[in-house]
Amino acid sequence: MISWANFVSQLFNGLASGALLALISSGLTIIYGTLGVLNLAHGAMFMLGGYAGYVAYHATGSFVIAVVAGALFMVAFGALVERVIIRSFYDRPPEDQILVTFGIGIVIVELVRLGFGSLTMSVPPPSWAAGVTPMGFLIYPTYRIVVLAIAAAALGVLYIVLYRTRLGMIVRAGIEDSGMVGMLGINVYRVFMLVFGIGAMAAGFAGIVNAPVVSLTPDIGDGILVQTFVVVVIGGVGSFPGAILGGLIAGEILSLTSMVDPAYSEVMLFVVMTLVLLLRPQGLLGLKGRA
Amino acid sequence: MLRPRPLMIEALTAAGLIVVPFVLPLLGFAPGTINQILVWGLFGIGFDIVFGYTGLLSFGQSAFYGTGGFVAAYLLTNNLTSSVLLSLAIGTVGAAVAGVLVGALALRRTGIYFAMITVAIAETFFFLENSPLSEWTGGENGLPGVPSPVFQIGGLVWRVDNGWPMYWFLAACYFIALVIALRVVRSPVGAILTAIRDNPLRARAVGHAVGLYKLTAFVVGAAYAGLAGGLLGVLQGFMPPDAFTFDTSGQLVMQTVIGGSATLFGPLVGAAVWLYLRDFLQSSLGLGSAWKLVLGLVFVLLVVFLRRGLIGGGRSLIATLAARPPHEAAEESAALVVTAPTLASLGPSRRRAPPAGSGPALEARGLTKIYGGLAANRDIDFAVEEGELRGVIGPNGAGKSTFFKMLTCEVAPTAGRIVLHGRDITGLDVSRVCQLGLTKSYQVNQLFARQTVRENITIAALAERRGRFRLDLLRRIDRVPGLAAQVEQTLGVVGLTARADVPVSELAYGEKRRLEIALALASSPSLLLLDEPLAGMSPRERVETVQLLKNLRRGRTLIIVEHDMDAVFELAERITVLHEGRKLAEGTPAEIQANSFVQDAYLGGVVAA
Repeated sequence: MISWANFVSQLFNGLASGALLALISSGLTIIYGTLGVLNLAHGAMFMLGGYAGYVAYHATGSFVIAVVAGALFMVAFGALVERVIIRSFYDRPPEDQILVTFGIGIVIVELVRLGFGSLTMSVPPPSWAAGVTPMGFLIYPTYRIVVLAIAAAALGVLYIVLYRTRLGMIVRAGIEDSGMVGMLGINVYRVFMLVFGIGAMAAGFAGIVNAPVVSLTPDIGDGILVQTFVVVVIGGVGSFPGAILGGLIAGEILSLTSMVDPAYSEVMLFVVMTLVLLLRPQGLLGLKGRA
Repeated sequence: MLRPRPLMIEALTAAGLIVVPFVLPLLGFAPGTINQILVWGLFGIGFDIVFGYTGLLSFGQSAFYGTGGFVAAYLLTNNLTSSVLLSLAIGTVGAAVAGVLVGALALRRTGIYFAMITVAIAETFFFLENSPLSEWTGGENGLPGVPSPVFQIGGLVWRVDNGWPMYWFLAACYFIALVIALRVVRSPVGAILTAIRDNPLRARAVGHAVGLYKLTAFVVGAAYAGLAGGLLGVLQGFMPPDAFTFDTSGQLVMQTVIGGSATLFGPLVGAAVWLYLRDFLQSSLGLGSAWKLVLGLVFVLLVVFLRRGLIGGGRSLIATLAARPPHEAAEESAALVVTAPTLASLGPSRRRAPPAGSGPALEARGLTKIYGGLAANRDIDFAVEEGELRGVIGPNGAGKSTFFKMLTCEVAPTAGRIVLHGRDITGLDVSRVCQLGLTKSYQVNQLFARQTVRENITIAALAERRGRFRLDLLRRIDRVPGLAAQVEQTLGVVGLTARADVPVSELAYGEKRRLEIALALASSPSLLLLDEPLAGMSPRERVETVQLLKNLRRGRTLIIVEHDMDAVFELAERITVLHEGRKLAEGTPAEIQANSFVQDAYLGGVVAA
């Protein structure tokens, strides 16, 4: 039955998964905002990040090194994908961009399946974050609190990068008008490469951090991709604050609905998306002009 | 343009379907695989109409595939009907209904938003099937025991068993579905769908109800998916829940792109390649689960290098081998020869002839547009008499474009009213305004770039002939009364008759400008707005176009925005001058030339002594 302890614990679960969703979605949103490309490989990048962390963890035995190495790997991987494939798609129709990232996603998933098999892999939480933490009237898994903290910190770093650095200024200007940024003599391609890397890292980083909570399988990214889309539709494409708000809303919906009946949690997410589309089609924090 | 003889494609398809059981097995295709290919191919026909023809990249087709499949399978397995055909029909209708609901929601947005929403909706259908509706759908187990069709003709009973009998049943379904789809893409609606794919803004501006046509395409696609889903259950004797998964939608997209989109046959070819490679890689090469990796790589390579797919690539190859010299883009446009008779026949639309002596043709009162803190237009009063040729001039940034966009209802004014022939049109949709006889040609060409000159003009003329929205899905486009004559006349007026079958991409710039005007003209406007018709033209083209504009004004009201002062002063009877968002002056060319305010505005103002 629904008790207060249960409710509060689900609220925390929602916050933790919402923060992760926010992180993944902000990756998707800054890539779209800057490059104009909807990255359908984003779910696969979330999954790949988890496996990168898995490999690094088993090589070093250190969770912290696993997270850092995995994140760096994802930046490099994202930049490589941008350089080799995405770059030739900027002047092609959006449908082609969607198709090619969709294909890239499948290739990533199948490569991982080839390398690691379809069986689930798990990364244990670091020893200092194992076990549970008593929080007044409820006991809560320590690692979930760590996830929340890490995701919040990562969002904070992303915020600082976006709003307090030169790169961030270019990215935000690019979201407004990428043609103009190019005209100002900024090498947009180098920025694009970096942005795609950072976007991929945001997804991959979330994948690593999430790995101790949910076992890894090559298909773990599919569901995440769909949830990310819902987050972005709710929050507004290209809006960093929108991704965060949408992520938190989605996390809470999933978590609170599953307390009542898990079968309806995804459906409920969709109901909310429908409402947003009907009442505010551009998303809660989206700008009206951007389709 | 290649014009195949009528019914040639249909006949070839029928022949192909009859030959398949004798040929494909020799290549190692099992009958079961061929049957699956047919189901995927039929599923893909609908998707191709949605994606290839209308340009809507939907990742949600699985929702309708599953809906049609489960509705049909539910009816059959619960003995609500024993007729397989009836259950298939009901499943198809069910999927179409789902298509209306989903389309009405997803089509509120375009581009990537549309793609994302379809993904989310398809997943939701899967979750609904899997849990809340599992009592009816069997949840993860699906619905087993879907019977095969049985036909009774007189005393003859034909039980459609698996293998080749099933092939003939599916082939018949595929053939009928294809024939219908061919009619749809050759109908006026089909032409409008490609117009929406190539340039939705212009499709709307020439008077088509773009949203409703998109929904139409989406629902047709959903119906095809529903039928295919029903056939899947019949083929397998079991309705699998994974019909609803995102993977299903993804596989359909990939097969269509591999085969070639906007071909109708692409999905069939793609499915054949997909399933053949799957079996071949899995069993013959022993690659196990790596088959999908290979197919993924093939897909990425095709998107990068051969976006038009195998059929499109094959066509290009044949065209190259046939070694027809490509049309050279003319250095200068074909000379504009206007003959009097064609002009006389192209008056303004009959059905929109305004009542005589009913005041100004177009009137704007207090028109204001404010962007943020910037007033692009402020309090403009403007009236044009019937049959007048009005010039609108003003320095850059004077607000001319905004003013024009408000007049055609592309942009809603912050305040003020717009009255066309005594009717308030403020806030109407652009397509409705065009249907009322007001349209414009754009400063930057807005053409249907992937089509020929004739097809471009046909799209615009269709709006005038058929109105804003009509569901003549099965009518042949050459059966639209008066269409061909109107297209020919328009071609004649702008002097593009000789270039009628040339693709837009091969036109010279001046020709494109004339086609731009022709698109506006083909909808037979009584009031035509021209936004910088002379922009970027060579001196010779300019002279020709000025002559064209003079001819156009016969029986029509024209408003021209133009930077070319000589042309405006030569053409216009009255001139309105905008400056910093306000109306600065209005009068005859002579009055305007003498106006000191206008001189100040253009020369930067005389320094106040």
